[in-house]
Amino acid sequence: MAGFKSTDKYIATRDLEVAVNAAVTLQRPLLVKGEPGTGKTVLAHEIAGALGLPLIEWHVKSTTKAQQGLYEYDAVSRLRDGQLGDPRVHDIGNYIVRGKLWDAFEADEQVVVLIDEVDKADIEFPNDLLLELDRMQFFVYETRKTIVAKHRPVIIITSNNEKELPDAFLRRCFFHYIRFPDRPTMEMIVQAHYPDIRKDLAREALNVFFQVRDVPGLKKKPATSELLDWLKLLMVEDMPIEVLRSNEKQVVIPPLYGALLKNEQDVHLFERLAFLARRGA
Amino acid sequence: MFTHLVLALRAAGLPASITEHLTLMAAMKAGVAEYSIEDFYFLARATLVKDERHLDKFDRVFAHCFKGLEPPEGIKVEDLPEEWLRKLAEKMLSPEEMEKILALGGFDALMARLKELLAEQKGRHQGGSKWIGTAGTSPFGAYGYNPEGVRIGQDESRHRSAVKVWDRRDYKDLDDTVELGTRGMKIALRRLRRFARQGAATELDIPDTIRSTANNAGSLDLKMVPERHNNVKVLLFLDVGGSMDDHIKLTEELFSAARSEFKHLEYYYFHNCPYEKVWKNNRRRHEEVIPTWQVLRTYGPDYKLIIVGDGAMSPYEISMQGGSVEHYNEEAGTVWLERLSSHYRHSAWLNPTPKQSWGHVRSISMLNDMMAGRMYPLTVNGIDEMTRELSR
Repeated sequence: MAGFKSTDKYIATRDLEVAVNAAVTLQRPLLVKGEPGTGKTVLAHEIAGALGLPLIEWHVKSTTKAQQGLYEYDAVSRLRDGQLGDPRVHDIGNYIVRGKLWDAFEADEQVVVLIDEVDKADIEFPNDLLLELDRMQFFVYETRKTIVAKHRPVIIITSNNEKELPDAFLRRCFFHYIRFPDRPTMEMIVQAHYPDIRKDLAREALNVFFQVRDVPGLKKKPATSELLDWLKLLMVEDMPIEVLRSNEKQVVIPPLYGALLKNEQDVHLFERLAFLARRGA
Repeated sequence: MFTHLVLALRAAGLPASITEHLTLMAAMKAGVAEYSIEDFYFLARATLVKDERHLDKFDRVFAHCFKGLEPPEGIKVEDLPEEWLRKLAEKMLSPEEMEKILALGGFDALMARLKELLAEQKGRHQGGSKWIGTAGTSPFGAYGYNPEGVRIGQDESRHRSAVKVWDRRDYKDLDDTVELGTRGMKIALRRLRRFARQGAATELDIPDTIRSTANNAGSLDLKMVPERHNNVKVLLFLDVGGSMDDHIKLTEELFSAARSEFKHLEYYYFHNCPYEKVWKNNRRRHEEVIPTWQVLRTYGPDYKLIIVGDGAMSPYEISMQGGSVEHYNEEAGTVWLERLSSHYRHSAWLNPTPKQSWGHVRSISMLNDMMAGRMYPLTVNGIDEMTRELSR
């Protein structure tokens, strides 16, 4: 089997590779957690790409029910059809709407399923999917049919830790926590995304970036995705490198900070720090 | 094969189960780790750990199981492993010196000397803690006590040796047994919210009613859901004055941030031990006091009482009439605590000092006994346990 490795677009650390390969080999779901913006969702795309399989995405919201991933019974249109005398009303199967997991189970080849941000949903959501994810089958009550997966899909589940997941659910998964990349890894990531970036620009920008992350009291620390956006902006604007360069210790507001700092308190914090630094000098 | 790892993990409080052990076996059999110790570490971590809180604990147990390096807390270092000494020697000596040593009698002699040295240092500097050396005189130390010295228990070499990965303890600040920090605060808040969101009342579920009415071909079918509004009422007693103030501020912020989730949240201040009077405004603590009786009458037994304080005081302040350091109290602290805890069926004590030290302070164990063991450390874990106890 091909196995999952870092690609030229996505830098995976060795521990992530092991976790993914374990999940793929044993056909169990992989639960991925980590700071926002460290590439949890992108991971599923990369796995699908690396294994050459189609990807089915299921984005979970606070109102999503587990049942919606399997199927939904559209009773309202059946009621309407019944009142209009539509002949389709006699076959309940006409009103069963397939969900993402049904699609994945019935697919003719193995697929990768991404269940994104599972913690957004109700606390019962993971519990309701236990059997489905374990046996990869479910029962359609209305038509008395059991849907069994033709090929057990590779399932990637991401979580932002807003809710605790039940133990029984966790038992069935492999788990990986994506740590915030250290500097060498970050350099590789930047290189992977922007191969033609100027070396000095990348270095100075990373200096500023890690400096920004180290500022105590930030509400939302910028993460990988913010860094990549910001670098792109810097490249598009063709920023002179001197703007990024600063004396050690002195805090400056980075140019085009809108890509890095995502709320006004953080921007204020920076303005204050810059002011203090100027006055100190 | 790796049963001892699983057992050690369980002993350290990680919820690893047979299912996970079997999964690990299956993955090993399928060749996921391919005989590399580092891959095995990654695989075991992905299989046995399901929450980043436990990653640090896992690292420690793993290191202990496979190397005898740093044991998890609570287990004593009986013997210094050869590995340590060898690493130490490699680090301390230049190649020339190494050669000299070889000429003099080889590694073993050196190791013996080092061992002696270490044993001596252990005796002199350790004083009950498991770490060797403190700043200043000793060149041996670990985890910041001696920044210039040689670190033991952390391999710092640049080449990726197997020990390194789990010995780095990258996940240390994700451990939920440490005191509340900024990150801990967020999670604690979430736990408190969950605590607040437990109501039993029911309300009409309109979308579900419409759906099931439609299912029923038009005849009405009422559906109810549990009400999600909270009806948790919290009464907070905060110990102010002295060393406690930082912790109190943190706790206050924590509860105020969760305020919207409670139906009522009231707080009162006291000093060291609650007596016959408490106050709302700490600046005017002598002018505007409120009799504790009045608090008891105002807030019924449906309130949940949470007392926050370090509980470190003279035992007399709790047990004796007139024992208070600030005024003459007619009735002993025990009487008041008894009254409070019998009036409020759900009560708990949050203590910001580390749990390990409670046993050494007499007043804390007295208070813990009076609270029937419902004293919890002010950590994410502690708050979790407390909310579980209080919502019973």
